[in-house]
Amino acid sequence: MTWLFAPGFFASSPVHVALVVGGISALVCGIVGTFTVLRGQSYSGHALADLSVTGGSASFLANISPLVGFAGTGVLAAGVMDMISNRQPRGRDLATGIVRGAGLGLAALFLYWDATSSSTTGATITILFGSMFTVGNDAVPLVAAFGLPALAVVAVLYRPLLLSSVSPELAAARGVRTRLAGLACLLAIALAVSLAAITVGAILATALLVGPAAIALRLASTPGRATLAAAAIAVAATWLGIVLAYDSFTWPPTHDGWPVSFFIVVLIFVAFVAAQAIRPGRTLRARGTTPGSPADGMRA
Amino acid sequence: MAVSPGTPSMASPVLAVDGVSVRLGGRQILDEVTFAIAPGEFVGLIGSNGAGKTTLLRVILGLQPTTAGTVSVGGGPHARGRGLVGYVPQKIQLDPDMPVRARDLVGLGLDGNRLGIPLPSRHKRELVDQMLEAVDATRFASQRVGNLSGGEQQRVMIAHALVSKPKLLLLDEPLANLDIRSAQEIISLLAKICRQQQVSVLISAHEMNPLLPVMDRIVYMAGGRAASGTTDEVIREDVLSQLYGHHVDVLNVHGRVLVIAHAGEGFEILAGDEAAAESAHPDHAPSRSEP
Repeated sequence: MTWLFAPGFFASSPVHVALVVGGISALVCGIVGTFTVLRGQSYSGHALADLSVTGGSASFLANISPLVGFAGTGVLAAGVMDMISNRQPRGRDLATGIVRGAGLGLAALFLYWDATSSSTTGATITILFGSMFTVGNDAVPLVAAFGLPALAVVAVLYRPLLLSSVSPELAAARGVRTRLAGLACLLAIALAVSLAAITVGAILATALLVGPAAIALRLASTPGRATLAAAAIAVAATWLGIVLAYDSFTWPPTHDGWPVSFFIVVLIFVAFVAAQAIRPGRTLRARGTTPGSPADGMRA
Repeated sequence: MAVSPGTPSMASPVLAVDGVSVRLGGRQILDEVTFAIAPGEFVGLIGSNGAGKTTLLRVILGLQPTTAGTVSVGGGPHARGRGLVGYVPQKIQLDPDMPVRARDLVGLGLDGNRLGIPLPSRHKRELVDQMLEAVDATRFASQRVGNLSGGEQQRVMIAHALVSKPKLLLLDEPLANLDIRSAQEIISLLAKICRQQQVSVLISAHEMNPLLPVMDRIVYMAGGRAASGTTDEVIREDVLSQLYGHHVDVLNVHGRVLVIAHAGEGFEILAGDEAAAESAHPDHAPSRSEP
């Protein structure tokens, strides 16, 4: 296996931290991401990722863990987005866009201060694109502390969230408090995005949130299997990405290693493209004939 | 104002709507609507678009607050979350990319409001299988709902609404967007289930003719007001003219009932056959010529 695992991989302490932090983040992102895609909130997730840049860049100035900044602004933004949305898709998108613009404006200011105060672009690169091998050991408990509540939301609200993603009206008629469930889900998405931002950077966070979920939802036959498959795909892409990034230290042009986030995102993208070749719902235990032409299968 | 000729006095109605009014943004959406449904009754809620049918259904579900009046479902207040009412909403877009199978959606009809991760249960599986069988959906039970035809999706939605054994089934325009054959199949399915499971059905439609053979009673809505009774009691020129607030004619054409208002030199079909109404309506060019 030395062709895959470069010498020293399993002995390296930064690699251990990267595998744990990346693994937990990917697990949370796959599971929360499934409901993000199911509920049609990919755009909200994207906006939360952009907004987490604001917190991340501020936390560098304040000299605290960027994860706290990512999650702090994410949760705050989720609350604001929920308050000013009026549940119509148009109003929701508009509210999201306005909050997002304001947040990115602040991020521009903070990133500028980050760069000028330290005279490097290191903070900017770390926030926007991640740097898994520089995440400290002390990040592990923090990652677990942010990941657990996100998973708890999905576990507790699994059925109400699923039903309201089919139809909010059906869920409301069954007594589901759809507004409250929606807010809880948005907060879980904010936490998942902050974990993704630590792993692949804030700019690429939605790739880890939405990508594995989109693949799993296309291939799996039931919502439960899709959730588990998304988690498995996210963790596999993240760990494989870490392995390849470690290998890349001997690669041209700089012999300084390629970014982990590059590998993770490319792996997810390749898997997504491959999944498009497979017709939906046909793999796991789908019986009978599926109506619709192959053109139907290409719609996604 | 409610026009209720011959509403039978019921000992214990499944649904009692009493003087319900809803005002939204200065518009009177519902105006003192009063009617009741007895156990096992099949009732059509008939009226054109904008007559207030959907608002009335949402009031019964407890999703729409009223300005005045009361709704009692099974002797209690509104229906929300009490499992007494099954609901099939209007036009749900089901996404083929969603891995929700027909049986998953029916299962959510049993426990979609419960918290926690569902554990596999033989009892639940049997209930879902029975319900799928009852609506003749067994053969596509394991397909994604988004991939099913309109009529098949409607069967799954009905199974979803009925699996928790409600006393009352509300359906909002379930026949819209269905071809004539699928619509007939859904109607006879509903009539069968209404009899076999002793569940009351309140079905809204803008076209009453397909429902005439199966309706026990009718709630006819126009401009937020309602008249209820048997079809013979309600589909009359005097009753409907009073409801509309102007004179209307009721025509019986080869067993099909048409409600017609005279408007200037032309006329408008207010209720009856949808295709005829569209081609006769001055706002609609007769683009679809029906034989």
